[in-house]
Formats: sequence, C-alpha cells, structure tokens
Amino acid sequence: MATNTQTLSGKPTVASLSKEEILRYSRHLIMPEVGMEGQLKLKNAKVLLIGTGGLGAPLGLYLAAAGVGSLGLVDFDVVDFTNLQRQVTFGTSDVGKHKSEAARARLSNLNPDIEIRSFETQLTSGNALELFKDFDIIVDGTDNFPTRYLVNDACILLGKPNVYGSIFRFEGQATVFGMPDGPCYRCLYPEPPPPGLVPSCAEGGVLGVLPGIVGSIQAMETIKLILGTGDSLGGRLLLFDALGMKFRELKLRKNPDCPMCGKNRTIHQLIDYYEFCGVRGEEAPAPDLQVPEITPRELKARLDRGDDLYVLDVREPHEYQICNIKGHLLPLGELPRRVHELDSSREIVAHCRSGKRSAEAVDFLRKAGFRKIHNLKGGILAWSDEVDSSVPKY
Amino acid sequence: MAVKVIIPTPLRVYAAKKDSAEVSARTVGEALGGLTTQFAELRKHLFTDDGKLRSFVNVYLNDEDIRYMAKEATPVKDGDVVSIVPSIAGGRALA
Repeated sequence: MATNTQTLSGKPTVASLSKEEILRYSRHLIMPEVGMEGQLKLKNAKVLLIGTGGLGAPLGLYLAAAGVGSLGLVDFDVVDFTNLQRQVTFGTSDVGKHKSEAARARLSNLNPDIEIRSFETQLTSGNALELFKDFDIIVDGTDNFPTRYLVNDACILLGKPNVYGSIFRFEGQATVFGMPDGPCYRCLYPEPPPPGLVPSCAEGGVLGVLPGIVGSIQAMETIKLILGTGDSLGGRLLLFDALGMKFRELKLRKNPDCPMCGKNRTIHQLIDYYEFCGVRGEEAPAPDLQVPEITPRELKARLDRGDDLYVLDVREPHEYQICNIKGHLLPLGELPRRVHELDSSREIVAHCRSGKRSAEAVDFLRKAGFRKIHNLKGGILAWSDEVDSSVPKY
Repeated sequence: MAVKVIIPTPLRVYAAKKDSAEVSARTVGEALGGLTTQFAELRKHLFTDDGKLRSFVNVYLNDEDIRYMAKEATPVKDGDVVSIVPSIAGGRALA
C-alpha cells in the first residue's frame, strides 16, 4: 500500500487555532452554531473518505475547506478523461495520476493546515478494519455494491458512523448508518440485487451535478456529526430526484433480525463481498482453505450410482432461484445457528457458486465435528462446465 | 382506492419511462400487481417467478417500510403513495 509519510495516530488534541486559521475560518467562528468550540472539534476530527470520485469530490473539497483536521483518502483508481465531467477535484492535468494522490495534492493546496493521508489501495476485507481504526467517521462515496456492504460491516464491527450517499442517473440517496441503536445498510438492503437485474450505471450514466449535490449532503451530515448539532439523517433515507427537483424522506428502521446489527447477529467478521454480491470475474483472492474436495464428475458418478449423499447448497436463496443442482439450501451466513439441522452421520457434499463459500462451510462443519464432508470443487460453475451445461452460470 | 406508485429511475426503462403510475388497489400488493399489469416488463424486476416480491426490492407506503407493516397485505387508502426504493450503488457497472 502506497501512502504518504504523514501520520495520523498519536496526534495530540489541538486546543487553539493560529491567527491564520482564525482568519480562514472566520465565517464559521462568527456563527454561534460553530464558534471556536465547533471549529476546534472540526480540527480534531478524523474522517476517512472511501472513494475520491464523484461523491468524494465535494466531500473532500468541503471537508478540507471546513477545516476537518485529519482526512484520509482511499482510492486505487487512476484519473481518466471520463471522470472530469463530475469529479471536480481533478483537473485535466491530473489525467493518468492516481486519484488518491491527485486529490491529496488538490486538497492540500486548498487547506495546508490540515493533515491529509492518501491510501492508494482497494478497500478489501483484509485491510478495512486496519484502515478504519484511526478515524472517527467513515464516509462512503464508493460506486459498487461489494464495497458498500464491506464499508457497512466494517463500520458496524468498529462502532463507527457511516455517512452514506449513492447515485444513479438523476436520482440520489443519502443517510447516516451505524449510529448507536440506528439502522445499518443491511437493515435497508439485506441483499444486493443480482448482477444484471438492475441496469448498471455504465449503461445509465450519471448527470455530473448529481454527485455534487449528494456528496455535499454527505459533507453536511459529516460536519453535523462532528459538531454534534442539528438533526442527523440517521434513521431517515433522503431520496433526491433531480429531474423532478424533489426531496423525499422515508423512515429507516433498525431490522431486529439484521444479520449484522440485529440481536441475533450471524455475521461476526468481514466476508467475501464480491462473492456475496455475485460479481463475476472480480472475486478478490481469498486465502485457500485446505478442505477435502470432490470434483463435479466424481459427484455426478456417485449420485448416479445411488450413493447416499446429502448435497448442501450454501448460497443465498436468490442465487438458488437463478440455478441449482437440487441441493438443500442453507446459506453460509445461517450455518452457525442452523447447524443442528444437518446430520453429521451422513456424507455431505457442500457447494456454492465457485467453491469458496462452501470451502468455508466445510471448514466450519469440520470444526463442528462433521467428518464425512467434501467441498464441490469449482462449485456450480464447474458443475455447469463439466457435468450439465444446461445449468446457467452467473 | 386510487394510489400513486412512484417508479424509481433504474426501473423506468421498463415502465415506458414513466416516473409514476396511478393504480386502483386495496393493498400494497395489489398496487404493485396493478403496476405490473400496466407495465409487464417490470414484473420480473419486482417479483420472483412464483410471484413473491424480490428480497432486494424495498417498498414503502408513504414514508413507512411495508416490512414493518403487513408487508404486501398492507391496506392502502385514497391518495396514498407507494414507493419502490431500489438499491443503487453509483458509478461503474456491477459486471
């Protein structure tokens, strides 16, 4: 991971502003809602921006200008010409540069009195908790479902607020997840839509001003959280329709059965979010679990022979609807609390889409005392390739 | 009962580009059914093959999530607004 050399941890709390800072922030200081106390809160705040693109542009610019003392910028991408239509942090001369570093340079120029750290890396299940731990507030300005679930889960695990915004064409959403006793992203959307069922943004496009508006709302909510003032968007989902120029508001409730923040939590660590969201060909590499395997051809031969095998499908119900090989559905996330439904005396073959989740299931079940258990190598994808091509791949 | 169903941007392509539709219904489920009668292409985006509302489709009656009311059986009255609230991620394709 490439980062600049400035450090955030161990930074002492600042109790005063310099003469230059007083001048810079004078329009805040003369407002009683901010004042010296509020400006010092801003200066001592540590905010991590996930994504420096369309939403990240107004976020970075306004938070830096407002004097948020420590800003972290996470982005692995490189500026290209198609970004400039909406990612207003960047200039034409930034094309080809790393976004996190180009944004850091731009924001440092805007406000040299704050500390900005760029993380030129993709946020993953492996680095999220480490990246988040030094910051008070996480702001989600990403552009894909796997990262949104990852940001949500990492925030819940660490107990940090997640200032959320998302956009599609002319429509935006914003709220604050992860407030004490408040809902999380999974309370609102327990499952991502399967790929292909909702038109992608690349097909739909986005009007350049829209992320400017939604990102600015996120910046405002972030500043309100830091100041501890006003009514937070937590518990409310703001819907913005730019074409109709209408703002609407829906109530967001904490789902008591939420697998992440509910009473009977079933998710206790970060998972494979690419797998969870069914993103084809983009699976992040997971550590290979050493578990007993069976190939699709072996499984087919044994089933044809009439062997007593219990086929366990650990995918999600919506994936089962896409295609299945008549296995018994028990999603990986529910396995710990439903393990009693399985008969450890029978021989079990676990499968998922690609073989990764079922490897985790096999590993879990072996630790739970199951001995006669195999993982279907390559999952339903390999089954489609090697045994039955009528099973659709997804 | 005459209710208005608000169609979110990602689904308008399946609804003749309309942003809303007026339907006559007694429940939220009937309102959505009426919507998919008007716009048949919407059906597979809202319902599974066996007619259940898809798990990632959030439906609100006015500002309340129907999951915390009587779900699709939630009764509606004249002038109510049913909203379909999709997950949107922004940015690039989901692949």
